[in-house]
Amino acid sequence: MQSKRFTLLLVLAVVVLSVASLFIGVIDLKPSELWSGNLEMWQIFIVSRLPRLLAILCTGVGMSVAGLIMQQLCSNKFVSPTTGATISSAQFGILLALLFMPASTLWSRAIFAFGAAILGTWIFVWFIQRIQFKDVVMVPLVGIMFGNVIGGVTSYLAYKHEMTQALSSWLVGHFSLVLKGRYEIVWLTVPLVVLAFVFANHFNIVGLGKDFSKNLGVPYNFVLFMGLTIAAMITASIVVVVGSISYIGLIVPNIVAMYKGDKIRGTLVDTALFGAVFVLACDMIGRVAIFPYELPIELIVGIVGSVIFVGLLFYRLKYGRKAIRLGHAGTSCCASMPREKGGEMV
Amino acid sequence: MQIQDLTKQYDGKTVVDGVSFSIPKGKVISLIGPNGAGKSTVMGMISRLIAHDDGLVHFQGKDISKWKSKELSKRLAILTQTNQIQMKLTVRELVTFGRFPYSGNRITPEDAAVIDRAIAYMELDELQDRFLDELSGGQRQRAMIAMVIAQDTEYVLLDEPTNNLDIYHATNMMKIVRRLCDELGKTVILVLHEINYAAFYSDYICAFKDGKIAKFGTVEQVITKENLSEIYQVDFEILNIKGKPLSIYY
Repeated sequence: MQSKRFTLLLVLAVVVLSVASLFIGVIDLKPSELWSGNLEMWQIFIVSRLPRLLAILCTGVGMSVAGLIMQQLCSNKFVSPTTGATISSAQFGILLALLFMPASTLWSRAIFAFGAAILGTWIFVWFIQRIQFKDVVMVPLVGIMFGNVIGGVTSYLAYKHEMTQALSSWLVGHFSLVLKGRYEIVWLTVPLVVLAFVFANHFNIVGLGKDFSKNLGVPYNFVLFMGLTIAAMITASIVVVVGSISYIGLIVPNIVAMYKGDKIRGTLVDTALFGAVFVLACDMIGRVAIFPYELPIELIVGIVGSVIFVGLLFYRLKYGRKAIRLGHAGTSCCASMPREKGGEMV
Repeated sequence: MQIQDLTKQYDGKTVVDGVSFSIPKGKVISLIGPNGAGKSTVMGMISRLIAHDDGLVHFQGKDISKWKSKELSKRLAILTQTNQIQMKLTVRELVTFGRFPYSGNRITPEDAAVIDRAIAYMELDELQDRFLDELSGGQRQRAMIAMVIAQDTEYVLLDEPTNNLDIYHATNMMKIVRRLCDELGKTVILVLHEINYAAFYSDYICAFKDGKIAKFGTVEQVITKENLSEIYQVDFEILNIKGKPLSIYY
């Protein structure tokens, strides 16, 4: 019941923030003027404000769900589109499209970004599965390095072909260029998130391991790669329109998992809503902070996100110790050295 | 279930070499043997987790590799390395996965009843809404067994179920194995390191050495001083406790 109430609270927050988001901007748009049928205001509303709101919602929902899927499939809480090389691969794809098809439309760029993001994510997961790291932190570190290598190649190629300026729009995520007619690709996140919900139990089972999936008759490799493909496509469709947005896919699923657990069916809705609230709030800060100018969302998300991330790390450290103590008190079994020490310390 | 000439090679090295035996129905069968004797690999092959290079695993009319994975998972369940779940799932959520081969995402009222029974059978009623990572090793193991019970398979395969458990929990685990067989009529196949658990709680023992079957038969036939000394290359004494052979090695 408690968690149901929290879900309702999130819905309420999304609605309130959405309405507020519609009426914040350089041109003072008032609901009363929309009522009285001011055509000019209606045009601003339909061409700019509404697309922006929809893009924000899709970004928040999409990035956090993509992160949730990746974390579950890799059974690692630190994997996300940022730390799994998905975003940098998508940017690389966009650069390729700009290089080889200078007159490319949004859609052809999107196809390049999809291809590159899917391929990059697959390579990363294939690699971490082959190596089998003992330490969970190694996996995101490898992902960050891999992402930086791709990012480095991207920057080099962009510099060589004088594309740095053109590419910068996708390197730092922002909503200021979201206008009617040039953002609709981001709607793709909606069917993809629905697909993720349908296969939620499959992702959970695959996250529990290869033997566990086989025992239940779930095709491990197929579900793993299908899930990663969904996550990569969600990410790419956002990167093409908005640009890179980090941290959301990392912190939002972690925060929700803390109170809701890891059963995807139970957490997906909360994760999506929380992501939407997070991006809406950050976007509003970015629009208000140096009004009438605007800070890119990536900057705000980066600052807020890194603070929350450090907080999460500290919480994990503390929580981890508590979990060890619980294990010690709960049973007399295999009381190994560190456990005993943990028991004495507390 | 019949196993014929089962063979597995890794990098040209033969790990399992022409193993043939048949598994009696409705009994507890333990696979024992020294490290590297191939018992876990055999377990992997008869549970379709590992593909076999040669030979046949004849299971209810056809080779195990010819079965659809989903159909097989209604007839045969395997648990490996059971203590390693790091996901924050409740006991009930885990047990519910046992019904996945039957109902997929839609849990029917019948499924819910099966899940309730499995949880009650493992005495987990009070823990069913707790997260697995808050439980002790023994409780977590019981939750895994409850999932297997919910999976409702004729055959249950357990790879080293007593690993990492203390004497109390390991003995309880073996009693549960016995109940799975005696009360629920399942055929249980185990890989075990502790010979005495195998001797006390199984009906049949299959002893491996160097990728081949050294001895296969009832407990009394296999657990003898000569057999065990030969298999493990250590001196053995066999005592008789409660009508079961208890082995002492030094």
